Amino acid sequence: MDLTLTREEEAFREEARAWLAAHVPRTALPSLETAEGFAAHRAWEAELAADRWSVVNWPARYGGRDAGLVRWLLFEEEYWAADAPGRVGQNGIGLLAPTLLAHGTEEQRARVLPPMATGEVVWAQAWSEPEAGSDLASLRSRAVRAEGGWLLSGQKTWSSRAAFADRAFGLFRSDPTAPKPHQGLLYVMFGLRAPGVTVRPVGRLDGEPTFAELFLDEVFVPDEDVIGEPGDGWRIAMSTAADERGLTLRSPGRFLAAADRLHALWRAKGGPPETAGRVADALIGARAYQLFTYAAAARTRAGERLGPESSMNKVFWSELDIALHETALDLLGARGEAADTAWARRYVFALAGPIYAGTNEIQRDIVAERLLGLPKGRR
Amino acid sequence: MRFLLDPEHRAFAASLDAMLTAADTPGTAREWGRGEHARGRALWARIADAGVFALAVPEAYEGLGPRPVDLAVAFVELGRHAVPGPLVETVTAAALLREPGPAKRLLPALASGASMATVAYEDASSEEGAFALDGDAADVRLSVTPAGLRLAPGYDGVRPSLDPARRLARLSAGGELLSVGPPAPRALLTARLATAAQALGVGLALLERTVAYVGRRTQFGVPVGSFQAVKHRLADTRIALEFARPLVLGAAVTMAPADVAAAKASACEAAYGAARTALQAHGAIGYTAEYDLSLWLTKARALRTAWGTPDECRAAVLAARARPVSR
Repeated sequence: MDLTLTREEEAFREEARAWLAAHVPRTALPSLETAEGFAAHRAWEAELAADRWSVVNWPARYGGRDAGLVRWLLFEEEYWAADAPGRVGQNGIGLLAPTLLAHGTEEQRARVLPPMATGEVVWAQAWSEPEAGSDLASLRSRAVRAEGGWLLSGQKTWSSRAAFADRAFGLFRSDPTAPKPHQGLLYVMFGLRAPGVTVRPVGRLDGEPTFAELFLDEVFVPDEDVIGEPGDGWRIAMSTAADERGLTLRSPGRFLAAADRLHALWRAKGGPPETAGRVADALIGARAYQLFTYAAAARTRAGERLGPESSMNKVFWSELDIALHETALDLLGARGEAADTAWARRYVFALAGPIYAGTNEIQRDIVAERLLGLPKGRR
Repeated sequence: MRFLLDPEHRAFAASLDAMLTAADTPGTAREWGRGEHARGRALWARIADAGVFALAVPEAYEGLGPRPVDLAVAFVELGRHAVPGPLVETVTAAALLREPGPAKRLLPALASGASMATVAYEDASSEEGAFALDGDAADVRLSVTPAGLRLAPGYDGVRPSLDPARRLARLSAGGELLSVGPPAPRALLTARLATAAQALGVGLALLERTVAYVGRRTQFGVPVGSFQAVKHRLADTRIALEFARPLVLGAAVTMAPADVAAAKASACEAAYGAARTALQAHGAIGYTAEYDLSLWLTKARALRTAWGTPDECRAAVLAARARPVSR
């Protein structure tokens, strides 16, 4: 049981802090949910990658530093404390990359990962469909066998970043005769500019347009872009989803930095006692999430796999995020309503947390059934 | 950094768990609440033999400590089994007794389990005087005031707590002055950490018993635990406890005031939430004194305000963060 950093970890943290101090843009980049902001953030990914800071926990041969989870967490703490830009490459880095590292071929890793690390290729997630959200296994978009590959048809929706991203990864039904809905699925990568793909941006609650729905009409993908075996897509995707909810989607550094900002705001307002408890709860929650994640990283390093306990993380951080930002807006009073402030933007972003990456209701079902052993029942 | 319990910690917890499971702690707690201390003292001796109190006593005075992480691990188990007695107060007394004379005289018996201690902690905000837990059972009664640490000559009556296994007493004024400057802030950290760990254990027991109950209790022809409203409330209870756990262990590692206060607030809130959920999910049987669940239900409420309310602990978190801290 130890919270002291090793000399190597301390040196890594110092190196990251120094690099960020020298490189983080002095004025915030435009929102990555706009065309202009997307380009600016892509350039920021390239800048990170040039000094191998974009994917520190990846193997060095794909652009990482072989840093391991603890040093990744330290990097993230420094990253968010430095108020560095949001990561436009996150969908690929956090979801597709772990999948390829676990289930992809060496050819796929060598081809896909380096341009992902530099922001040259930005990825969107194409999982949800109009009739398949929480009940993801019911998806209906098809993959039909063709010469040397597959033809994708159907509709995907709520694809984050898809309006401006280059490529997408998602699940398609390749065997409609499979006996159960989560069997017979294909996990595949495809180009968002490929013939047959139509991208329709959907304005989100915050008015930003990078959210999109995708219409696919016989989009050809070669066999080399299929991850794992056809029919095995569900198992592969779910192993990635546990990673997403468990560690890589929202690092504690983000909440530690936000809680510190909230505390500073509260003090700047004279420390009103009526909000003191909520500010303290934000600090406590961020610390709890940090320590919980250190423990998860240590368990992972000891060879354990993160299973259903990942669902606890997701509920915890998404609710912490909303509570923290609600407190900030309340502290700002009527001025908090102004939509063009960082607090307001982050609040609206936080509102989506309990919905994406599997709704919190689904996560609570997982905790109840798989961690507590309660009987399955009607949803 | 390796933030993970060592195998020795896990083995220690498992051995305490096995010993306490075999010991009929619910029956012992009920007798303790009636002022019958014989079985409680016998259990106390076994807990001491396992080394628990020695963890709070320095080696110079026949102890093994101070070892806060081990102490936290142990107190989770003591809470899980609803062990009665001035457990927190005894380890707090060990942290208070630092003058060589009194320490040499009193600490070896605390470490060995030969005596148990209680503490009345009078801070500036006390209006009517603080209660000392189990003042009737304790052999060493310490009173902490701004003027120093005294060995109280006795106690004035016993009042019931809303936790029937906790008995409250006011210590008599006067008595031998043991120290004019005891390490009261440090001792308060020990008290809060041990209370937080005990509360976490109480919450875990409440959840465990409730999950078992809703798995077998049926209504409308199906287990109550198959209803989503029940499942989600239990899932939230589990999440609150699992995020309090690293705060408790992390606080034991750092012993930083803000970390300890955060652990106390969140473990006690989580345990109290577990109590509310447990009562609701059990229905009326949970509201009876006969059913053992009541031992943990009432303790969760009592621990919530012992050694610092959640709001006092939140204030301590904010106060510690008033200065910039390095992460």
